[in-house]
Amino acid sequence: MGMVKDPARVEAIAENIADAQAVKGRSLWQDAMGRFFHNKAAVGSVFVLAGILLFTLIGPFFAVWSNEEIDWARMANVADVGAPSIENGHFFGLDSLGRDLYSRVIQGTLTSMMVGVVGASVAVVIGTLYGAVSGFVGGWVDNVMMRTVDILIAIPYMFVIILLMVIFERSLFMLFVGIGLFSWLDMSRIVRGQTLSLKQKEFIEAARAAGVGWFVIVVRHIMPNLLGVVVVYATLLVPGMIMAESFISFLGLGVQEPNTSLGALISDGAGTIMYDQIWQLAIPLTFFLSIVISLFFIGDGLRDALDPKDR
Amino acid sequence: MTLLVAKDLSVNFQTNDGIVEAVQGVSFEIAAGECLGIVGESGSGKSQTFMAAMGLLPKNGHAKGSVTLNGQEILNLPVSQLNGIRGSSMSMIFQDPLTALTPHLRIGDQMKESLGAHRGIGGSEAHRVCLDWLSKVQMPEAERRLSQYPHELSGGMRQRVMIAMAMLNNPKLLIADEPTTALDVTVQAEILDLIADLQKNEGTAVALITHDMGVVARMCDRIEVMRHGGYVESGTAEEIFYNPKHPYTQKLLNAMPRLDVVHEDRGKRNIGESLLNVSDVKVHFPFTISKGIIPRTVPLKAVDGVSFDIAEGETLGIVGESGCGKSTLARAVLQLIPPTDGGVTWLGHDLVSMNRNKLKNYRKDLQIVFQDPLASLDPRMTISASIAEPLKTFRPELTKSERREQVAAMMERVGLDQNMINRYPHELSGGQNQRVGIARAMINKPKLIVCDEAVSALDVSIQAQIVELLKELQDEFGMSMIFISHDLSVVRDVSDRIMVLYLGRVVEMADRDSIYKDPRHPYTKSLISAVPIPDPKIERNRTRLKIPGELPSPLNPKAALRFLPSRLGSKDAGYVPRLDEVAPGHLVAEHDPLEVILSQDPLAV
Repeated sequence: MGMVKDPARVEAIAENIADAQAVKGRSLWQDAMGRFFHNKAAVGSVFVLAGILLFTLIGPFFAVWSNEEIDWARMANVADVGAPSIENGHFFGLDSLGRDLYSRVIQGTLTSMMVGVVGASVAVVIGTLYGAVSGFVGGWVDNVMMRTVDILIAIPYMFVIILLMVIFERSLFMLFVGIGLFSWLDMSRIVRGQTLSLKQKEFIEAARAAGVGWFVIVVRHIMPNLLGVVVVYATLLVPGMIMAESFISFLGLGVQEPNTSLGALISDGAGTIMYDQIWQLAIPLTFFLSIVISLFFIGDGLRDALDPKDR
Repeated sequence: MTLLVAKDLSVNFQTNDGIVEAVQGVSFEIAAGECLGIVGESGSGKSQTFMAAMGLLPKNGHAKGSVTLNGQEILNLPVSQLNGIRGSSMSMIFQDPLTALTPHLRIGDQMKESLGAHRGIGGSEAHRVCLDWLSKVQMPEAERRLSQYPHELSGGMRQRVMIAMAMLNNPKLLIADEPTTALDVTVQAEILDLIADLQKNEGTAVALITHDMGVVARMCDRIEVMRHGGYVESGTAEEIFYNPKHPYTQKLLNAMPRLDVVHEDRGKRNIGESLLNVSDVKVHFPFTISKGIIPRTVPLKAVDGVSFDIAEGETLGIVGESGCGKSTLARAVLQLIPPTDGGVTWLGHDLVSMNRNKLKNYRKDLQIVFQDPLASLDPRMTISASIAEPLKTFRPELTKSERREQVAAMMERVGLDQNMINRYPHELSGGQNQRVGIARAMINKPKLIVCDEAVSALDVSIQAQIVELLKELQDEFGMSMIFISHDLSVVRDVSDRIMVLYLGRVVEMADRDSIYKDPRHPYTKSLISAVPIPDPKIERNRTRLKIPGELPSPLNPKAALRFLPSRLGSKDAGYVPRLDEVAPGHLVAEHDPLEVILSQDPLAV
């Protein structure tokens, strides 16, 4: 044998060399994925959220009662015979009108998640782009764009939603339009403030000196550096959207009976808590809290994952 | 008599990544009235040694060993006892005089605070002592300064206040932690003179912590060279400078660029046709003065009529003190800031009048390297993505793998390991990040690179490597360079021609050797005489040329005629000093005789 006697060492060296050659280019996104999956709380929350979504999709196949059927036999005495039970098919019990809470929770969760996700997505996409452009371009463009936001914020959004519902047909779609119209306003302001401070940084000047166009700078340099703030604010927005929807529904303008949403179910449940019908509050509240807390953890995980400084 | 004795002093920090041993068992002594220099690069633990002695370590820091002051153990004393020593027997001045002063307290009140705590002096007696000390530190208009706030003073004046505060209680030991690093050279020279005077007149011992061998050569009796938390060499100034034993000391001394050394020519380089022509460029920023009822806007003349041209392959050095407009000029040349007036012509094409799209084609040839290597890289981009960005912009036809190859080749060329392609800027050192910045600027093989203080934020040995890299790249690719720096020694090392700026105007321009051997303008003379030279014998026997007064504000209408006070009549208020060609290629701005300039400050109220 030659200089190296230990074959295991030779192998190790060969492996090291192979490793060194195999260093491939990675992007921020690939790095972020790796970091995100190392965050146990965030990954657990993804599973919880996925579980809830899965439940709303396959849950209906196990339902004995539909969400609008009234169980006439039990409705007179919900407090005594309406508690959750496997035998009579009301897995989550009855609501105060004698309808099956299992079916109603499934249907309400789906509605609420849709409202939250649509509202937050609109806020993220429009708000981020609008705020970043306004802050980066600056000057009179910034002035016009931000005064527009000021004016929109000054209009009571409930008033506009009521108008929308009156003029057009009352539907879930119009509710989305109404929420989407207003959800991005705060986000755009937050993003504009962050952009103003980012714009002063030297790496932006470096990009300008390198001939990169202004819109590409916004997309390639400003946006990724905004992500931390945006992601956290977006996860805070989702529960806000769910609550806003339940308020609109409460006014009779949102989701209409027999359809329902988690907000509506919780407010019904809270009303009957003194009549020993605790499940009517506990079950929708559990779903609501699970969704909200999972989103917080996912948001935290995303923020940490998207920040390369955090290792 | 020994004043301060440290024996086997170690400092460690509890961090999330485990224990960091910042100082590993150092011992030193300071005798009464002497000046001890502690030299080292950033992270060597030189400041932490004295922070531990002063009891100023952060919560996660722990000090072991022994530090005695006049025989009394002071290490790890409780704060109540330390407060009796801090500020009265030993005091400290810091690098940044703005952050070391409380912004909302008047100068007088800050000074009186320390007097009241240690000597129980208050009222008019305290006022008298403060005034006394402010005059001892040669503060102009001392009486008025007592009622001013820190932000109203210039950097040099703030450092004077800091020194006066530190000296109020006649301490036996003054610890100066990089006291002049944040200041301009001329101000640095004045502050160092002041500290030396105090040492002589008051008998105060000085511990001078610095990275600058020139400062040490001028000030210190004995020197400790520190590296990685330990002393590698100690001795008198002469021993260290003329007979360094440790390789690290030798390396430090070699890395230090020297103003007084004629640099050997870098062999034949092709200096070709004129590439860039800048004529009478002005950059004025609107500045709102809200004094009085109606706010008015006056132009702040950051750059006020500068002309020069650069030939292919040539390096033009631009020097000047902070606020002289050198960075603004560079940005105006690159059209990052639109010039208010004047022309920038690149190979016969006027860049100023060009629209953005057309300009983009020329950006490929005009690149810039910034001062702060970390801030100039996107924190969320891997360094290879940052380097590849100009390629994406200017050569979109390249495939991914071609681009990767080019980036890898350029990384190799600037001395970056190819395994680092996925690193983020915060994971690299300052020197490595600056290499990334240079690679990004060089990737399209530009014809002109502007280095805006590109080596100023780096340690001496790293600075030398980066300067060397820039020179090599220039030899290889033949690009022209505009090298901006406040450090005259570095500029002399890299430049072919040098331009001296004062408040937005050229005061002198000549080739690199003429300007140092034969400076004509009083400002150039004072700048050159202020630069410390890392050689104790030469440095201590030089005479300094001190121009009276502070660097005036560019808003002061008289400031432009600072060196031509004979023209300061009301009729000639807008007079622009002529540039005379005193020798071929040697331009000097019109000025009054040196004696007139040195005898008075025409801007004093």
